[in-house]
Amino acid sequence: MLLFTLQRMLQSIAVLLAVSVAVFLAVYAVGDPVELLVNPEATQLEREAMVSRLGLDQPVWMQYFTFLSNAVQGDMGTSFVHAEPALQLILSRMPATFELVFLAMLVASIIGIPLGLYVGLKEENRIARAIMTGSIFGYSIPSFWKGMVLILFFAVWLQWLPASGRGETVSVFGIPFSFLTVDGLRHLAMPVINLAIPNIALITRLTAAGASEARMQDYVKFARAKGVREKRIVRRHILRNILIPIITVLGVEFGSLIAFSTITETVFAWPGMGKLLITSIYQLDRPVVVAYVMLVTFIFVVVNLLVDFTYALLDPRVSLSERMS
Amino acid sequence: MSEMQNMSSQTRPPLADTPQRGANLRRIKRRPSVRKALLLLGIVVATGLLLPFFAPQNPYDLASFSVMDNRLPPGSEGMNGEIFWLGTDSQGRDMLSAIFYGLRISLLVGLVATAIALIIGVTVGLAAAVFGGRVETLLMRLVDFILGFPTILVALVMLAVIGRGVDKVILAIVVVQWANYARIMRSAALVERKKEYVEAAYNLGYSRLRIMFRHIMPNSLSAVLVVATIQVASAITLEATLSFLGVGVPVTEPSLGLLVANGFDFLMSGDYWISFFPGLALLVLIFSLNLAGDRLRTALDPKRS
Amino acid sequence: MNREGELVKMKSFLFAGTAAILASATMSSQAEELKIALSSEPTAADPHYHNLSTNNAFVQHIFEALTATDANQNVGPSLAESWEGVDDNTWVFKLREGVKFSDGSDFNADDVVFTFCRVLNNENNVSGSFAPDVENFASVEVSDPYTVKITTKQVEPLLPELLSQIYILSDGILEHGDLSFDPANGCGVTGEWPSVDSFNNGSMTIGTGPFVLDDFTKGSKIKMSRNDAYWGEAPAWEKVELVPVPSAGPRLAGLLAGDYDFIESPAARDVKQLGEEFGYTAKPSSRVIFLQMDVARDDSPFIEAEGGKNPFQDERVRRAVAHAINREAIVERIMDGFAEPASQFVPSEMFGAQTDPVPLTYDPEKAKALLAEAGYPDGFKVTLSATNDRYINDSQVAQAIAQFLTRVGIETDLDAMTRSIFFSRRSKREFSFSMGGWGSTSGGAASFLRQYVTTGDKERGVGGSNYGGWSDPEFDAVILEAIETVDAGKRAEMLQQAGQMALDKLGLIPVHFESTLWAYRDGLEFDGRMDQYTMAKDIRPAK
Repeated sequence: MLLFTLQRMLQSIAVLLAVSVAVFLAVYAVGDPVELLVNPEATQLEREAMVSRLGLDQPVWMQYFTFLSNAVQGDMGTSFVHAEPALQLILSRMPATFELVFLAMLVASIIGIPLGLYVGLKEENRIARAIMTGSIFGYSIPSFWKGMVLILFFAVWLQWLPASGRGETVSVFGIPFSFLTVDGLRHLAMPVINLAIPNIALITRLTAAGASEARMQDYVKFARAKGVREKRIVRRHILRNILIPIITVLGVEFGSLIAFSTITETVFAWPGMGKLLITSIYQLDRPVVVAYVMLVTFIFVVVNLLVDFTYALLDPRVSLSERMS
Repeated sequence: MSEMQNMSSQTRPPLADTPQRGANLRRIKRRPSVRKALLLLGIVVATGLLLPFFAPQNPYDLASFSVMDNRLPPGSEGMNGEIFWLGTDSQGRDMLSAIFYGLRISLLVGLVATAIALIIGVTVGLAAAVFGGRVETLLMRLVDFILGFPTILVALVMLAVIGRGVDKVILAIVVVQWANYARIMRSAALVERKKEYVEAAYNLGYSRLRIMFRHIMPNSLSAVLVVATIQVASAITLEATLSFLGVGVPVTEPSLGLLVANGFDFLMSGDYWISFFPGLALLVLIFSLNLAGDRLRTALDPKRS
Repeated sequence: MNREGELVKMKSFLFAGTAAILASATMSSQAEELKIALSSEPTAADPHYHNLSTNNAFVQHIFEALTATDANQNVGPSLAESWEGVDDNTWVFKLREGVKFSDGSDFNADDVVFTFCRVLNNENNVSGSFAPDVENFASVEVSDPYTVKITTKQVEPLLPELLSQIYILSDGILEHGDLSFDPANGCGVTGEWPSVDSFNNGSMTIGTGPFVLDDFTKGSKIKMSRNDAYWGEAPAWEKVELVPVPSAGPRLAGLLAGDYDFIESPAARDVKQLGEEFGYTAKPSSRVIFLQMDVARDDSPFIEAEGGKNPFQDERVRRAVAHAINREAIVERIMDGFAEPASQFVPSEMFGAQTDPVPLTYDPEKAKALLAEAGYPDGFKVTLSATNDRYINDSQVAQAIAQFLTRVGIETDLDAMTRSIFFSRRSKREFSFSMGGWGSTSGGAASFLRQYVTTGDKERGVGGSNYGGWSDPEFDAVILEAIETVDAGKRAEMLQQAGQMALDKLGLIPVHFESTLWAYRDGLEFDGRMDQYTMAKDIRPAK
């Protein structure tokens, strides 16, 4: 077990390193940020001063090693545009994104699990089939277009909900949250729905598959034969058994939702990390782009590591060497 | 994976090149919903590829429309008496023609990218399964690495670096998708490899390459092809999303995603048709692909037949 | 049909009710509060951080400079009551007495010296920003607390204009002994020069302006409240919020929903559809949209012409391009009327502009004839490079230009890209044909001409944006003399002469002048500014 843990962690570090090299080289190959920051009326001398202040006159590999040694100490560079530490800038946008993603997952679970249970238990029924087809529809709608249609209906035509922004926030432990104010909730409604819809589909299908499998298991058949009421079977036996895989998938999905919220944040002008990423890409604010990718990779690697460990601990059948290959 | 194990329990004649294909075909034909889905899919693909020939206007030829006709609502008459059934965009382009052409671009990008990713992925997956050892470990580590990232993030950063263009979008999609096929192909091939007919082929002294492509590949392909149907849909979604974010195809050859993006600016003014209809076309395209993929998977699932 | 109609009516009634309830909930506290949605976010509350119009407009809520420009970019008094040029290099400024900073301290000449020193001791500012202006000071002498004498190294006729952007800090924010303009020795300041953070967090954001900063949260909003000790006319607003909302659509939706009282640059097509509960202001700006052609290279990367030549080197081809474009159609159909067709590079009201330029008419026949005459009867192929997120409708305008050029035979492909890529590639001269924009500020016509039309000369700081490599020695001689002429009348005359020379040969081709738009809820008044700045003090409740 110790060996496994050690190996997995080394692997994770290798992944992070590989990503840092790839992203760094890629991002630093594009455009010239100086052009963007320098007043066009500036003289050549001012331009050169800027280049050396940003360290852009160093060879790329030198820039990389400076970046790496700083990154290890938690310093991911300073934003060209905002003159703030890139990591601090991203972290300041993190609560907004996390709030959105958590609420979307919550909504998706509340709607998706009951729907999935229904489908899994009454498979061949007409409604169940409609739900399954509906779920395909749900994840087929392109996220950005769905957001626009929501805006068209609820903001332009009906004028019920605000089209963008975060609204009033309330600080809890110094972190601003929107969901604690009415205004904040109105701003949250559309982005959350937009992000939740494909996940409702995902959770519905996962739950349905799990429930239909569990229904056929011996312990369920046994319980049923013993005359246990159907409701109790669903709650005590089926739901309990399928919840673990669903939670695992939700955990993994969390990372990719953070990345996918980029689109939702762009459409609804939600001031989160994803929107910062898009703006930074447009503005060639390299340190922010690199820091964002590294941060998301880090979250990903950690989540995967945790999932692997949980698996290894919970399921003795998964031989550790098997998981390695 | 359970379907694979199930299949292995079936008896089959040794040395047959295609023990599985016939059975799969029969299974597909039996289900009416599959036929419907495939029909819908066929219609959409054929329409997408052929429609440009019926377009009233060539939306890529800048001289064929006029900015004086711009932002007309659906059903309006233009300067030269033509009717714009779905309205015009900000340049005076006929939306119907733009959607016909956009559908083709989206479909082409999806199909070409998937085809390339499929070839690379299948080859890598097969090689990993057949060669085993170090090669397998190395290849699969790479696959895990790529699959570890959200596709949109990789493609976005990549295109931000290499710039926009149809070829570049295809490249980005291939980069994020091939690993899917490699992983599936490998596990399917691993199952096949253990079967008698493969062993028999080894005993007959056939080369590894021949066994790889002639024996193992055809028999493990069905799982990959089901995934491919769905991957075309996700390739199209990805292309549309990237174009929407402004890093996809060039503005003068708009795909459906870019048409939607162009219309976003006009949404608030009530000129909904510029973004609504292309989005609808995109939705129909993606939905029919996903539906077909889902029906195929159900049909091929031996538990359900 | 009838029943459906009924249903629609009922629904809309229900919706209207709900909307009213929601709206009243958000509008309850608007008495003296003003919420403004900005089209781009200021990057810092440090007035010397980055010379960007977004930043300048924001910091002018809190800080003031010695001079100020009015809505039409004419310079006038602010913290300095008056000034005079003693000779070509020497200026004396009389400061306003009785002005207090928001922390209660008095404003006097020490603050001016302190500010000039800080501009030079500004570690993390972007690209020097304001430093070059101050570096040109040979000395700054204080003869009494309200008189400042500035001597410049180079002749600088535009000094009062330049000083309108150097915002005055309070010397109380740092420890110091006796202050004197001696940058090499720290000017007498003993504390550590402040970084941009000390301004963003509000601790050093102390100015003489009409507002004080309450909170500056990046990506979210900026909160300010009225400075009750302000020396000038008190603004009508107790509290002001600036919210950055970069997309035009959501910005407008926010105005309609009552989230904002006032928004920057709504899309032109939208303002025409605003109901009676809203108003808008349109103000012609000094920003010109123009075409820049590669005339320096014989073989240009994005041109395909017969014989491998570069057609743009031929004056007739450039003239053909100028006449192929229907400027009225672009203004009418793409800009929804909120722009002016341009036949020169600065608006005619500006200093040194042509008062009555020869209009560049739409004449496709003439364009075709000129092309044939130049030896391109079948036209040629070219790629037009443009931004898609910098100027108003930039990608749309570029597409329309491509449309018009294609119609006269110049088959034009469009490459629209995000501004960061565009500016970087343009500066490397990667383009053959590009569409740019330029807002002239201080100096009127000189600003564009010296930057874009003059032959590049790093030493003299001219021609920095001459990416097409245009070079006309006769023009150069006139413009270089003009920008060092202190006498305003003579300078204006020379600038007009230079401007005419530039238009005669069409080294660059003007397209239109953008108009700036603002939209707001009913009950507000706003006149607009030529420099496109949005400032809460200019917004008043309607009488």
